[in-house]
Amino acid sequence: MATNGTAAPAQNGKAYPIIDHTFDVVIVGAGGAGLRATVGCSQAGLRTACITKVFPTRSHTVAAQGGISASLGNMGPDDWRWHMYDTVKGSDWLGDQDAIEYLVRNAPAAVYELEHWGVPFSRTAEGKIYQRPFGGMTTEYGKGTAQRTCAAADRTGHAMLHTLYGQAVKAKTEFFIEYFALDLIMDEEGRCRGVIALDQATGEIHRFRAATTVLATGGYGRAYFSATSAHTCTGDGNAMVLRAGLALEDMEFVQFHPTGIYGAGCLITEGSRGEGGYLTNSEGERFMERYAPSAKDLASRDVVSRSMTMEIRGGRGVGKNKDHIFLHLDHLDPKILHERLPGISESAKIFAGVDVTKEPIPVIPTVHYNMGGIPTNYHGEVLTLKDGNPDHVVPGLMAIGEAACVSVHGANRLGSNSLIDLVVFGRAAGLRCAEIVEAGARQPDLPADSADRALARLDRFRYADGATPTAELRLEMQKTMQNNCAVFRTGEVLEEGKGLIHKVWAGSEDVGVTDRSLVWNTDLLETLEFDNLIGQAVVTMESAANRTESRGAHAREDFPDRDDKQWMKHTLAWLDPDARKVAIDYRPVHTYTMSNDISYIEPKARVY
Amino acid sequence: MAQFNLPKNSQYTEGKTWPRPAGQNVQEFRIYRWNQDDGANPRIDTYYVDRDDCGPMVLDALLWIKNKIDPTLTFRRSCREGICGSCAMNIMGQNTLACTLGIDDCQSGQIKIYPLPHMPVLKDLVPDLTAFFAQHAAIEPWLQTESPTPEKEWRQTPEDRTRLDGLYECILCACCTTSCPSYWWNGDRFLGPAALLQAYRWLIDSRDEHTGERLDTLHDPFRLYRCHTIMNCANTCPKGLNPAKAIAEIKKMMIAREV
Repeated sequence: MATNGTAAPAQNGKAYPIIDHTFDVVIVGAGGAGLRATVGCSQAGLRTACITKVFPTRSHTVAAQGGISASLGNMGPDDWRWHMYDTVKGSDWLGDQDAIEYLVRNAPAAVYELEHWGVPFSRTAEGKIYQRPFGGMTTEYGKGTAQRTCAAADRTGHAMLHTLYGQAVKAKTEFFIEYFALDLIMDEEGRCRGVIALDQATGEIHRFRAATTVLATGGYGRAYFSATSAHTCTGDGNAMVLRAGLALEDMEFVQFHPTGIYGAGCLITEGSRGEGGYLTNSEGERFMERYAPSAKDLASRDVVSRSMTMEIRGGRGVGKNKDHIFLHLDHLDPKILHERLPGISESAKIFAGVDVTKEPIPVIPTVHYNMGGIPTNYHGEVLTLKDGNPDHVVPGLMAIGEAACVSVHGANRLGSNSLIDLVVFGRAAGLRCAEIVEAGARQPDLPADSADRALARLDRFRYADGATPTAELRLEMQKTMQNNCAVFRTGEVLEEGKGLIHKVWAGSEDVGVTDRSLVWNTDLLETLEFDNLIGQAVVTMESAANRTESRGAHAREDFPDRDDKQWMKHTLAWLDPDARKVAIDYRPVHTYTMSNDISYIEPKARVY
Repeated sequence: MAQFNLPKNSQYTEGKTWPRPAGQNVQEFRIYRWNQDDGANPRIDTYYVDRDDCGPMVLDALLWIKNKIDPTLTFRRSCREGICGSCAMNIMGQNTLACTLGIDDCQSGQIKIYPLPHMPVLKDLVPDLTAFFAQHAAIEPWLQTESPTPEKEWRQTPEDRTRLDGLYECILCACCTTSCPSYWWNGDRFLGPAALLQAYRWLIDSRDEHTGERLDTLHDPFRLYRCHTIMNCANTCPKGLNPAKAIAEIKKMMIAREV
């Protein structure tokens, strides 16, 4: 137990008692990636802890619907090379092709493993895993439509997450549930030594010392006003990395999902279009045929979201304010809807009052996924730019899942590539830990001040007595991101956005927290989450203003073309929380593959 | 053992009435509050929500209150679309998810909200579900096989897969288990409807080869047989599942293997 630092720093004259733990590996987050890594580390005989701010099955992976991509070829010919080509093209060539090769080649085994663990996949007549078409997924390098997305009806994420949780229970993993991670412990050499967390049920501080800390903390969709993301998607790991003085990568790339329910923001899976659904404007026209003559409604998400926005701007939106689009499923066989899309049929009923067998669903592009995040290699190890080396490994620190930027999704992620990302890189992180971490090895003492920074920050917010409630600041931030960093961007709007978002950040000096209790203080937690979000919002806005080209989800009206000469590179952004300043640098895109089995896919125009 | 009367320090008192917003379209909420830090008895606070400024669901109203009136009001929430199971609570006497229940559907001038019944309360609307999750873990919720694992997937016919429908969709929100009087009485030994629904989900999975062992574990006067077919579970499930039927199926399997 406690090895040092026993004199916990006194804050406001009151000591926070600290409970110490030592593990080989500590995983922060219990979504798909975190649980897969947790299972892997446990199976490798490493002493593993999984810290999570919500019960594992409440993690946002549970809301993934359409499926998980892997070239199983159950519905027709398929090849990992075609999957790779589609992913590279989907990424608008910003993805690192060595990592993409690792992803697609390991995808089939990862899906079979899930099936062996019990995921209730839908089935073909032969009893194989059912696979459906999804946006941007093709055969023969763009020639045909692939059926590559493995589905458990439209509840694939739910089925996966519950199964992964079962495996973690089987592996007897030690969970720390409803613990909120506050900050990383970094030592003088730049090694990550563990993490400090708050037990929500008691208000006690726990210090986890670990040979390796794995961040699997998800995205930060809640920086925006309208997101399919859960309330808990606040990118806490990203923010901890920023506070540790490390960079985040490609934060300007925010995916808008074409079909969030108008008003409520709840997700309607792309699988609905995979099963034959289509979009119409106020003239009843299937407008995607104009924008993507070949792929139509199954073009890549960035393309469909932009097309919808163009239709609305052109005065062809539907509804009273002509500000949204219709998604039609009413022509599909009710039996198919019942069998393959039961979840979204229910969601459409509850949140839009629509009977999908009879009426179209009102939809609008809605913030859904962050391509950017913590820079890593394909083993999950966190990278930083050091002494001119863009691939310098930060010892003791890993990141996986939506929190990470490997980068396999580049400037735009293809639908169903996120669930496969979770399990492939969750597994990779587990394998790497098994390789580099010695089970039960003695760990050096922690720096004496290891908890000081985290506790000072906690204490500051716990007693914050300003005049502005957290909810007000959060709303300002969300509206600013929604207005100034949306589907289409211009230099002018982004510059204005920078001013506005910095103003919100400065305004957080005046934040006021009302709840002073220790047990389940969600007022305090929401304030810590807001503080995490605002840093990422600032970095997103500044990275977007900085990139003067259009690529994938980053569409600049003042720079409508992709500029490979200037911008075939990843953005790295550091944040100085005291000076409230962002510093930007770059790392090269990996223009090589992992093996000689496939050669680098050269950039070309991206047409669907 | 269940207690018939609440202990003195659990009996609730009339709480605070929070300011009523201006506006014509105002809905009243009566919400259970308890904070172990202050040592006081639970109380019922009264809040007024401006419907014209608030989303349509009960969760929207709770968020509106937390954001605009009282940041100390405490409840779990995450996905807000009925799939994560966080915001299970007792609304107008029925266990359900706050995120999928419309304010209009409550059809009341005064919407009453309590935590899930008969569980220890951590704070306000947040129950301690530790025992509930331990019971779920006890049924060993993972696929168990003996045959050599195939290189690709285990084959399962669409018909066999259909048997999992109505079972695998459970979100572990605990609405059913905490609505069950038999669970209230014997919650320490009866597994409760949610865990038993999951037990049946694995029993009936054509890929699972440990049916016998699973039934052995359940063959117990308490774990399984404290279900008295009261059916509160089926009535209250916000996902429309029927745990009582699953439990009846397990009982049938028990009999079938004895004859």
